Amino acid sequence: MAILLDRSCRLVVQGITGREGSFHARVSREFGTNVVAGVTPGRGGSDVEGVPVFNTVEQAVRETGANTSLVSVPAAGVADAILEAADAGIRLIVCIADGVPTLDMVKVKPYLAKRGARLIGPNCPGVTSPGERARVGIMPTYMFRPGGVGVVSRSGTLTYEAVALLTEHGLGQSTAVGIGGDPVNGTNFIEVLTMFEADPETKAIVLVGEIGGTAEEDAAAFIKAHVTKPVVAFIAGRSAPPGRRMGHAGAIISGGTGTAESKVAALEDAGAVVVETHVKLGEAMASLLRERGISA
Amino acid sequence: MKIHEFQAKALLRDYGVAVPKGAVAATVREAVQVADEIGYPVVVKAQIHAGGRGKGGGIKVAANRDELEAAARSIIGMKLRTPQTKPEGQHVHRVLIEEAMTPARELYLGITLDRKVGQVVVMASEAGGMEIEEVAAASPEKILRAYVDPTIGFLGFQGRELGFAMHLTWEQVRQTADLIARLVRLFEEKDCTLAEINPLVVTQDGRVLALDAKINFDDNALFRHPDIRALRDLDEEDPLEVKASETGVAYVKLDGFVGCMVNGAGLAMATMDVIKLMGGAPANFLDVGAASAERVASAFRVILSDPDVKSILVNIFGGIARGDTIATGIIEAVREVGLNLPLVVRLDGTRAEEGKRMLAESGLPIIVATDLLDGARKAVEAGQR
Repeated sequence: MAILLDRSCRLVVQGITGREGSFHARVSREFGTNVVAGVTPGRGGSDVEGVPVFNTVEQAVRETGANTSLVSVPAAGVADAILEAADAGIRLIVCIADGVPTLDMVKVKPYLAKRGARLIGPNCPGVTSPGERARVGIMPTYMFRPGGVGVVSRSGTLTYEAVALLTEHGLGQSTAVGIGGDPVNGTNFIEVLTMFEADPETKAIVLVGEIGGTAEEDAAAFIKAHVTKPVVAFIAGRSAPPGRRMGHAGAIISGGTGTAESKVAALEDAGAVVVETHVKLGEAMASLLRERGISA
Repeated sequence: MKIHEFQAKALLRDYGVAVPKGAVAATVREAVQVADEIGYPVVVKAQIHAGGRGKGGGIKVAANRDELEAAARSIIGMKLRTPQTKPEGQHVHRVLIEEAMTPARELYLGITLDRKVGQVVVMASEAGGMEIEEVAAASPEKILRAYVDPTIGFLGFQGRELGFAMHLTWEQVRQTADLIARLVRLFEEKDCTLAEINPLVVTQDGRVLALDAKINFDDNALFRHPDIRALRDLDEEDPLEVKASETGVAYVKLDGFVGCMVNGAGLAMATMDVIKLMGGAPANFLDVGAASAERVASAFRVILSDPDVKSILVNIFGGIARGDTIATGIIEAVREVGLNLPLVVRLDGTRAEEGKRMLAESGLPIIVATDLLDGARKAVEAGQR
């Protein structure tokens, strides 16, 4: 099971002839993911380490039955690449590119909804389901173990930290999802939480948020009303001053909203265990599961 | 990216939005020329990016040439301190001279992105001229909203609805709706993150115009707007942040003493949080991104040029960036830039063990931490000594 990604994944890598694209195609294959195609306009007919390259996503889908796409193209071409994938009938699009203009995403979103395609990202580490040997994105793979904890995060390296800490405490993962740090992203916390709640393999959830916006507060309200599984959460940026953008375009405290305090309070009110440093994520999850008599 | 009020007003003029008569001046002489041409009374407004200029003495009204000269002399070259500037203030290089007016009404108009909805929102209010955050907190019903449909765009009736809801006359509604439509077009065409007119005024003779203007742009979209990029004023930015951004390193100067270098924005914030938890204070936010040897070296240079830094904590979780590559970068950088501060390194992830061994064997005075808590504790202690 797991969410979003399972063994049925047939991956096409948009931008496969680039440095990042070819590298991550290889890592995904080594992990056991079925990488069926690459796309680089003008390079159709060639191959990258045995993976056939096509000029268009439509062609790749027609020839190889690709159903999932990794978008690894420069920021200026991201909106175009995402729309091309959606138009070709790809149902899951993972965009790792950063630096994407916000208004491009504002225009992309309604088109995706119309085509029934789901986007993860942009500016995200992607999705990994270790039990399904499925990895789409840039996550390192060595720290994953199959298991029952779902991880959802707005930050890349903090996702890796969370997974490594869980594994260190004997807790495997169903799926790890990095939703990305941009102001407008394809998939939000609530959508991922909904999937984790419905997934029988997922027994507990780790949520990693950060300052800026109100996505964590919205997630907390959703957890309170709809999530029965145990949740351990961390919010990065307690020490960040207001009005300064902390790297991610979305991570800025402005006009008194988006503070760590308000997010922590909302999550605690929703019954989540909120750790004061991400280093405690694994430990807190292990003890919470022991307390509730749940094995994951 | 932020721009000055006079630059914002020039953009508004380009888009056909009415603004007061005026021009920018860098010297008292220029100020006199501009004011003489406009006619008195005039307003003299300091051009810095920070808000709250009036409170710090950066905005003055001059009824005649003598008053104008005095005002321009006192503002040009001053270090203007407002609640939004650094404590030492911001140097004023230019003033905007404009016709002074006593508006009949002061409204608020702002366009920004509603992250929750994922759409551009136009906000309008009859409570103009005030801090809009305060209005939003105290009486949110006083702020009207209209969303810009991403596929259809902003529609005529939406502007009219906002205008009528603010109890404007039909003639003023027509002007306001037209002005809003133009501002939305500017916002979308130039990839703004904020276009705010506060106040939007109705003059005694019934004209609607933008008395103040604040426009911010999406840094991610500047690659397609060379005209906007040209408006950047480096004097308004922290020189260290500018230096870092040139090499692709995201850096924000803070007021603590532990310099940090981290890969990933989220982890960088989480590392700052751990430093605070250990009783220290971070000197900066720094996301080195994809940690190549060159980036690591450039990040070191930036951290070391901050005199407030007393110790350095490097926290890298190597995913794609490998531990041995990062160790090479750190060793090279330390040899190149020299190091006279305690340096604590926490390396985890891909090939971390190799990296740690390389650091230990380098013969450099690098403290290798077992984990992040250990590393943060050591960096804080070393910095306090």
